[in-house]
Amino acid sequence: MQKHTVTIGLFAFIVIIVALSQFHVLDHYYTSVIMFMGVNVMLASSLNLVNGYMGEFSCGHGGFMCVGAYVSSLCTVLMFSKNQILGAPLLPPQMAFIGFPLALLAGSAAAAIAGLVVAIPSFKTRGDYLAIITLAANYIIISAINNMEIIGGPRGFMGMSATDRALRGVIDLPWMLIFVLLGTVLTVWLLRRFVSSTLGKGVPAICQDEIAAEIMSVDTNRMKLIAFMLSSGLAGLAGGLYAHVLGYVNPQSFDIMRSTEVMVMVYLGGMGSLSGAAIAAIVYTVLMEALRFLDVWKWVVIPLLLILLMQFRPEGLMGNKELSDLFPKLRKYYSFK
Amino acid sequence: MSLLEIKGLTRRFGGLIAVNDFNIELGEHELVALIGPNGAGKTTVFNLISGFYQPSEGSISLMGKDTKGLRPHQVTAAGVARTFQGIRLWSEMNVLDNIRIAQHYRMGYSLMDCFLRTKNYMLREKAIDTIAWELLEAMDLKDCALELPRNLPYGVQRRVEIARAMSVKPSLLLLDEPAAGLNSADVEGLIKLVRWIYDTFPVTIWMIEHQMTVVMSLCSRIKVVDFGTTIADGTPEEIQSNPTVIKAYLGDDTI
Repeated sequence: MQKHTVTIGLFAFIVIIVALSQFHVLDHYYTSVIMFMGVNVMLASSLNLVNGYMGEFSCGHGGFMCVGAYVSSLCTVLMFSKNQILGAPLLPPQMAFIGFPLALLAGSAAAAIAGLVVAIPSFKTRGDYLAIITLAANYIIISAINNMEIIGGPRGFMGMSATDRALRGVIDLPWMLIFVLLGTVLTVWLLRRFVSSTLGKGVPAICQDEIAAEIMSVDTNRMKLIAFMLSSGLAGLAGGLYAHVLGYVNPQSFDIMRSTEVMVMVYLGGMGSLSGAAIAAIVYTVLMEALRFLDVWKWVVIPLLLILLMQFRPEGLMGNKELSDLFPKLRKYYSFK
Repeated sequence: MSLLEIKGLTRRFGGLIAVNDFNIELGEHELVALIGPNGAGKTTVFNLISGFYQPSEGSISLMGKDTKGLRPHQVTAAGVARTFQGIRLWSEMNVLDNIRIAQHYRMGYSLMDCFLRTKNYMLREKAIDTIAWELLEAMDLKDCALELPRNLPYGVQRRVEIARAMSVKPSLLLLDEPAAGLNSADVEGLIKLVRWIYDTFPVTIWMIEHQMTVVMSLCSRIKVVDFGTTIADGTPEEIQSNPTVIKAYLGDDTI
């Protein structure tokens, strides 16, 4: 029973949130804040696999998110929306229940493949040099999309809200909220299963001593491939959801600013901590909203917080520790490792 | 067929010849030492065997198979485990995890198995766990299974590193200066441990060591190198009275 407490609690929580949103107890604003929280949790925990567990400095996470967003948007627009270039919807709205998840999957698969751009150089390159490669990857992706007129180039791409309308037309529920919450749970769940297995523990082994890892039977190239592709694939999933939540995407929203934002969340939460990254993503989203009244000064206050954090707690709020380490009583219900 | 056969092994780093025409043949279940002054190229030989460096010339064959082009983890999978001169444990993961991870090569499940927690995954993880606990029990490390290596005394860290190497179930165990930095009580313990491993497992142990008490009390065969070249090969008694070895260690007595 105790083993399932968390699972049941989590799904009860999702049902409650969805119900609150459905009956307009949570207005449109709060619902979208919750959705952005979900997307941020996905981004931070997926980046944490590379920056936290593997100890590399990837600063191009926004790029992979971008690939996922555009590919899945293209799929759904093709399937469910009327578009000047891509033509009339190919499928009836009822198909959206299958089509939308498949489109998200296609987006994350494409993002995972884009992750190869970083994964393959990582076999030979480490540290600062790899960081520069990830940065370059981000720029390549953004400029490629900026120059593709067919998907709007710098003007952006829209029509994704048709999917939401199609879903709502069949059963009237806040579907995007549901998909974001499920995507968040899926992301954290996959990552947890990965990092708690012997296979996944090869990733921190690379971080702590790569030579020992390679000599003591860990296929480091394979582990790097898995880590980068899983990380970018999940970022792609987050991107796909983000695009459909907003109904509009443009390349600028996935540039280096976005990547930095995700990195801030990871370093805020503490590297190598699943619960840390998730909590930090939530705290960060709330902070961004709560400090709205500061206007531009927000960009002074938040970086200042980061400076103070690095000064006094460089390992982040929960570096290498999980909630169950801080509150041992939780271990009865759930262990993150 | 011999377990390990090295023929004409040479490794150059630019103009430096670290290992020069090195030959050795090791059979199954032997206990051999490789000694020589600092910088003689001993560790380079180990690095060449474990695939960390590729030979400039010559060949290394393991159970009749040439290891040329194999990556280090593949060499390990073929049955060569080693320890390092300075301890190289994964210091942020507990002892049990250290021993689990070294069994990566025979994990036997895919990423999908890992996500879905299939039956195969459960069985394999259990097998890995069983081997790890058996080894910890046998090597008297059970009490510190959940400790981080960096919190353990140096002597215990050495034992953990040897345990990690043994979890590979190697047919050839390379120990790179296992007694370095140990106090005399720990050295006693180490000698017993190596003896016990040799008696318990069907493994050939090849060690680099500077402490002659360790070498003399354990090894039946000693190979001496200096400046990358073999200068002597024989039983401990032969080595002790070999004039070339004495010269290499103590210098020439002509002034």
